[in-house]
Amino acid sequence: MRVTQGAFSFLPDLTGVQIRAQVEYCLAQGWAVSVEHTDDIHPRNTYWEMFGMPMFDLRDAAGVMQEIDACRKTFADEYVRVNAFDSTRGWETVRLSFLVNRPANEPGFRLRRTEAEGRVQRYSLEPYAAERPPGERYR
Amino acid sequence: MGASELRTIENAADRYRAGVLKYAQMGYWQPGYEPKDTDVLALFRITPQEGVDPEEAAAAVAGESSTATWTVVWTDRLTAAELYRAKAYKVEPVPNNPGQYFAWIAYELDLFEEGSIANLTASIIGNVFGFKPLKALRLEDMRIPVAYVKTFQGPPTGIVVERERLDKFGRPLLGATTKPKLGLSGKNYGRVVYEALKGGLDFMKDDENINSQPFMHWRDRFLYVMEAVNRASAATGEVKGHYLNVTAGTMEEMYKRADFAKQLGSVIVMIDLVIGYTAIQSMAKWARDNDMILHLHRAGHGTYTRQKNHGVSFRVISKWMRLAGVDHIHAGTAVGKLEGDPLTVQGFYNVCRETRNVVDLPRGIFFEQDWAGLRKVMPVASGGIHAGQMHQLIDLFGDDVVLQFGGGTIGHPMGIEAGATANRVALEAMVLARNEGRDIKTEGPEILAAAARHCRPLGAALDTWKDVTFNYASTDTSDFVPTPSVA
Repeated sequence: MRVTQGAFSFLPDLTGVQIRAQVEYCLAQGWAVSVEHTDDIHPRNTYWEMFGMPMFDLRDAAGVMQEIDACRKTFADEYVRVNAFDSTRGWETVRLSFLVNRPANEPGFRLRRTEAEGRVQRYSLEPYAAERPPGERYR
Repeated sequence: MGASELRTIENAADRYRAGVLKYAQMGYWQPGYEPKDTDVLALFRITPQEGVDPEEAAAAVAGESSTATWTVVWTDRLTAAELYRAKAYKVEPVPNNPGQYFAWIAYELDLFEEGSIANLTASIIGNVFGFKPLKALRLEDMRIPVAYVKTFQGPPTGIVVERERLDKFGRPLLGATTKPKLGLSGKNYGRVVYEALKGGLDFMKDDENINSQPFMHWRDRFLYVMEAVNRASAATGEVKGHYLNVTAGTMEEMYKRADFAKQLGSVIVMIDLVIGYTAIQSMAKWARDNDMILHLHRAGHGTYTRQKNHGVSFRVISKWMRLAGVDHIHAGTAVGKLEGDPLTVQGFYNVCRETRNVVDLPRGIFFEQDWAGLRKVMPVASGGIHAGQMHQLIDLFGDDVVLQFGGGTIGHPMGIEAGATANRVALEAMVLARNEGRDIKTEGPEILAAAARHCRPLGAALDTWKDVTFNYASTDTSDFVPTPSVA
């Protein structure tokens, strides 16, 4: 399967040139770009590992691209996403987030059902890869 | 009517002598009045009967929507009557519409109960719309003072938190209404939901009139739908949702259905505008208490929002609903099958989404409105739209909108999943291109054609609906600019 989190996962994987264009767009909006990675792709896993701090003071796309590439290289078999944070009043949240790296093989999710009262099912999702310890999941 | 009949009678003995006075003479026309920051302001479009002065008509609207009755009553003198009287303070002819006038009216804050849309509307639209001296009357816009805004809960979730919960940023959300909207069994209904969510939609939706009918009991629908939602989430790794419509005949029944939706793990429930303002506020409170996104379908609004000379503008309904507290509101498409002039619809969107609205006459915004930190409502564009219009929709509405393609998903020649994928690919390709600096308004069709080269379902969608337009003149347009309709 293909995990479709992030803004552009239904498109072919973005090229370096395409990623840079998005970074330039974010910087032009005044947003701070950050890079995060994880090997726990559960949709409720909010806190991916930060690859350094959000780059509040870095306004140069080339510098941001270096960070993105460094993260992709270090965590080549994990999911890597680029976030753009807007600190304007009324937002103070992520305004764009998209994947820039994914494992070669994505085994997907197990859906567990537990019978409950009436015909109710309790559902839980678990990435098949999460059965292994962190750091060894997509090797 | 002489000038003296438009002047407030200052001498108390004359003013309170038993009998009938003009509303202007009773003090409801105050041309010099400077509205206070704490006043509630309303702009009405009035069409007086022949021979009725617009100023007297405006005074009558002010009077009948605040303290007045048809005759002088001495008991006014037991109150701070001058304070409580609403004041019509400005009247202007409507450009290019002979016989119609805009009337600005100011209301003292103490006329209203805190946190109650029912009370606000019982005054502002309670009595006055059937008033004989007027041929027609429309409430065009309102300014709610910050002091009053702060007494309302507002949206239980808001755009920012909704996106954080869904983990979806930087693009419009995608939805669709299950079709046919009536008649499917629970099992077949859930199939449509599953296919569309797996194909790439973020949300599926019950239609306004799906409640609990002989062909599908509500519990059955909820159970099958949540199976579909969870299966789709497992197939994509994304948070998915379905607006479970909890509209019912009583509050008790709505709470019961909403609690069941919560028990099943739904992220969102839905209500219809026809349940009424108080029921909406109650559900908003329930949604806040239960971490639920609250979707509002504006069922019934067209009966009073569409005609320009009479009723209530949808921009006012939008303001009331932001105060009452809904997270989603259907606010028009401008390009689809339903009424909507593009600028007017953008005005509704701005009411939902901005922290502060500035005066914008072409978009129908007559007042500056400070929302004082009240959360933002996510507008929903739904009705007769398809993937081939993606560039127009994103150009008109930006990212913070739910684009709903019902027929445009379920009617796809290759099936529902393919229909959903076509919409999602079109959406992502268009956002990517816009961010790259391309002019999507003009290059849109070519961006879609390029995206279709790696997505056969998108190609099929573009072929199927390429000639579909709904090119009719809008009825609810601004009087300040010529507004061509968008096909």
